[in-house]
Amino acid sequence: MLELVPQLLFTGLGIGAIYALVALGFVLLIRAANVVNFAQGEFSMLGAYMMVVLLSILGLPYFVAIPLAVVGMAAFGILFAGATYWPLRHRGQLPVIISTIGASIFLSNIVLATYGPSPEVLPGLFDSPGLEIGGVFMDSQYLAIIVITALLVLLQFLIFEKTLLGKKLQATSQDKEMASLLGIPVAVMVLITFGYSAALGGIAGVLVAPILFVSVGMGALISLKAFAANIIGGFGNIPGAILGGLALGVVETFGAAFISVPYKDAIAFALLLLFLLIRPQGLFGEKISEKA
Amino acid sequence: MSSTAEAAAAPATLSVPSARAWRGLPSLALAIVAVLVASSFAPTSGYILNMVMQAATYAIGVAGLVVVLGYCGQISLAQAAFFGLGAYGVGIGATDYGLPFLVALLIGVGVATGFGIALGLASLRLGGHYLAMVTISFQQIVTLVLTNWIGLTHGPDGIKSIPRPSFPGLHLDRGDHYLALCLVVLMVVTWYAWRLKTSRLGRAMQAVRDNEIAASTCGIDVFRTKVLAFGISALLGGLGGGLFAGAFAYISPDQFAFGESIVLLTMALLGGVQSPFGALLGTTLLVLLPEWLRFLKNIYLAVYGAAVILIMVFLPDGLWGLVTNRLRRATPIEGTVPPLPLLSQRASASGEPALEIAGLAKHFGGLKALDGVDLTVRRGAVHALIGPNGSGKTTFINVATGLYRPTAGRIRLAGQDLTAAAPHERTRRGLARTFQNIRVFRGMTVLENVMIGAERPGNDIAEQPAAVVGRALAALDFVGLRGDANRLVGTLSYGHQRYVEIARALAGNPHVLLLDEPAAGLNMTEKGELGALLRRLKGHGLTILIVDHDMNLVEQVADHITVLNFGRRIADGSPRDVLSDPDVIAAYLGEPRENALA
Repeated sequence: MLELVPQLLFTGLGIGAIYALVALGFVLLIRAANVVNFAQGEFSMLGAYMMVVLLSILGLPYFVAIPLAVVGMAAFGILFAGATYWPLRHRGQLPVIISTIGASIFLSNIVLATYGPSPEVLPGLFDSPGLEIGGVFMDSQYLAIIVITALLVLLQFLIFEKTLLGKKLQATSQDKEMASLLGIPVAVMVLITFGYSAALGGIAGVLVAPILFVSVGMGALISLKAFAANIIGGFGNIPGAILGGLALGVVETFGAAFISVPYKDAIAFALLLLFLLIRPQGLFGEKISEKA
Repeated sequence: MSSTAEAAAAPATLSVPSARAWRGLPSLALAIVAVLVASSFAPTSGYILNMVMQAATYAIGVAGLVVVLGYCGQISLAQAAFFGLGAYGVGIGATDYGLPFLVALLIGVGVATGFGIALGLASLRLGGHYLAMVTISFQQIVTLVLTNWIGLTHGPDGIKSIPRPSFPGLHLDRGDHYLALCLVVLMVVTWYAWRLKTSRLGRAMQAVRDNEIAASTCGIDVFRTKVLAFGISALLGGLGGGLFAGAFAYISPDQFAFGESIVLLTMALLGGVQSPFGALLGTTLLVLLPEWLRFLKNIYLAVYGAAVILIMVFLPDGLWGLVTNRLRRATPIEGTVPPLPLLSQRASASGEPALEIAGLAKHFGGLKALDGVDLTVRRGAVHALIGPNGSGKTTFINVATGLYRPTAGRIRLAGQDLTAAAPHERTRRGLARTFQNIRVFRGMTVLENVMIGAERPGNDIAEQPAAVVGRALAALDFVGLRGDANRLVGTLSYGHQRYVEIARALAGNPHVLLLDEPAAGLNMTEKGELGALLRRLKGHGLTILIVDHDMNLVEQVADHITVLNFGRRIADGSPRDVLSDPDVIAAYLGEPRENALA
């Protein structure tokens, strides 16, 4: 079994990178708008179905379809904010949580009604199946996921740290009142975050589609994994979300190989419960306390 | 006003409907009779019977959501899991092990309640969306176990031929009779949940929902309250599920999956999660809805999801809330009440230390917000704690009331060491406080807010519902808000909400009252009124520690002043000495000591 370890590590990192991307979109919304979005996984599901439409139905090539899907998801993210967040933004966290749950039911069932329960298949990004390095077979799709995720994380770092827009977004997430006093259009920043978050989720969906099949159920599962990644990494913590996602992917893959396949998904939840109960601040988070 | 005249007005002649033990029982009896009569017209089998049976058993589970979400404000996304545990208790117990239905039901309900309490225990460290996530994880794990532990649960095939209970003469195997049983249980559960809302525990739950910190300083054990809410909610979930198993004779894991938890949640929200009647209404509508929405066919669930959003946006209090909000009348409560007992304790042993604080330190990382502060509040004195912004005054109150743990130092109240006690423990021993940024319980009426104060554990009348109302009204009388008793506290002006906080503290009959910047945010007129109120309290001999910036107010009422600067005590003594102290003048005017002296 031991010789499987590098191979499992590679696969785990690939699937973990997907969780990390979705978790990243998730954590950005928590920071910018204090929204815990239970429909985060539906962004991935929609992104994947958008690819099905663009590729299989309209017959566009991959390099045209991907940017279109990403832009489409960003636009959708802003629409989503308008429906689920905007009307409830002054009413506290609970109503928004419930309305995102409603949105998740709405989206998955609209898609279900349109495309039916049978999963769609998307071709991989590359024709080549992959390459073998040192006994580890690197599937081209997993490799692409890992590389693209790394590039996106780098890009986000550059935007947040090196551009004015990034600074404005950071200011908004840290203190909305102060940001608006400084003339930052907070509402616009929040909407941009929703759009960006949905685009990230969409990319994750596009990337994972060739591996998982495109199905309606993929959204709910990815949502929960992303949430788990957040808790493991530290709630509201950006590097934590990425590392939490990777860690979850790896643990899950090892668990499926060494413990039990039917309970593969239970491993994520058990890990989540364990962290929630023993170390709720996660690997990188700080202790949370309310000021009296 | 003289306290002797007020005392003469007692005994009370107050009619308090919410305090009657038998309240609602006649309506319950009537409802049960009506249900029994109505169900004798019910068909013995068939589609309609099944629909009503489903609505009745679901509604019992939804009542659990009213308790945990509506009253206690804790989002639980695992109600279907508890429902399922109850159902599988009955299914496995009555079918595979041949136990009597009631025994199997008890086991199912017990297992559900046990897991509910366990989830509640998780709330010790987690709140809000963290807890919501724990409930989702629990829900998923229950579904996975029900599906995969085939040896116990029969896996995805489910359990068939579940028997119904057999009592001689009742013929519960007949559909209409079993339906009557479910409806009777539903009526009792609804009555219980309705009573709970206006009970002491129910008020504590709502206080936790509206403001945990304020609830803890009112003497409510927040943790215990949440555990109870989860436990009761899971119990009702399990009960509904157990009856469901008997009703349909067949159960399978997908009937209790995450999606069903959302359905139960939507039922509660649509009807109105603040009331079991709302839950009943919402459940009935959503069980019937598939009938009415049949034309939607496969987009039915999508419409369902959209409806959840629309309900949240347009019906924040649900349908029942819409009706009751319209009917709400803020009528004043007539009748005389005995005066506040604290008004007659004037002569009791004044001068001895009431609150002693020694060497108190609180460090936040490298910041020393408090650095070895000594302070003694003497019984019957009004003690003022002043200092420039950021000098550590509010931190001092927060440490004294237990919201922060001190880095070092000791806190003693009437000779008892409270340094390690939880906030609600300190309140039980007689410490009360108000907040700089007002913390009232927004979802409740003025009277209910103050009743929570009167129900402080350790208060003489805390266990007597009628006396609690009387005490709360007396406290409202004292601050002049009796006429607003039945208004929602959020509709009051800022200044009056502050008075509600003060009345809440007074109703608990505290030994020491801590006022954290009571004049903050008040206009000149309101400050004048507050000064008069504080002078009246002082006249009655209440021991007070007041923190404020307003020198005018402090000079009016203080017997003794302690001054903080940069977390250290820089002066302590009588107002005349302290206010002429050069260090104090320097701290307030920001000048070096030499200039201030000159």
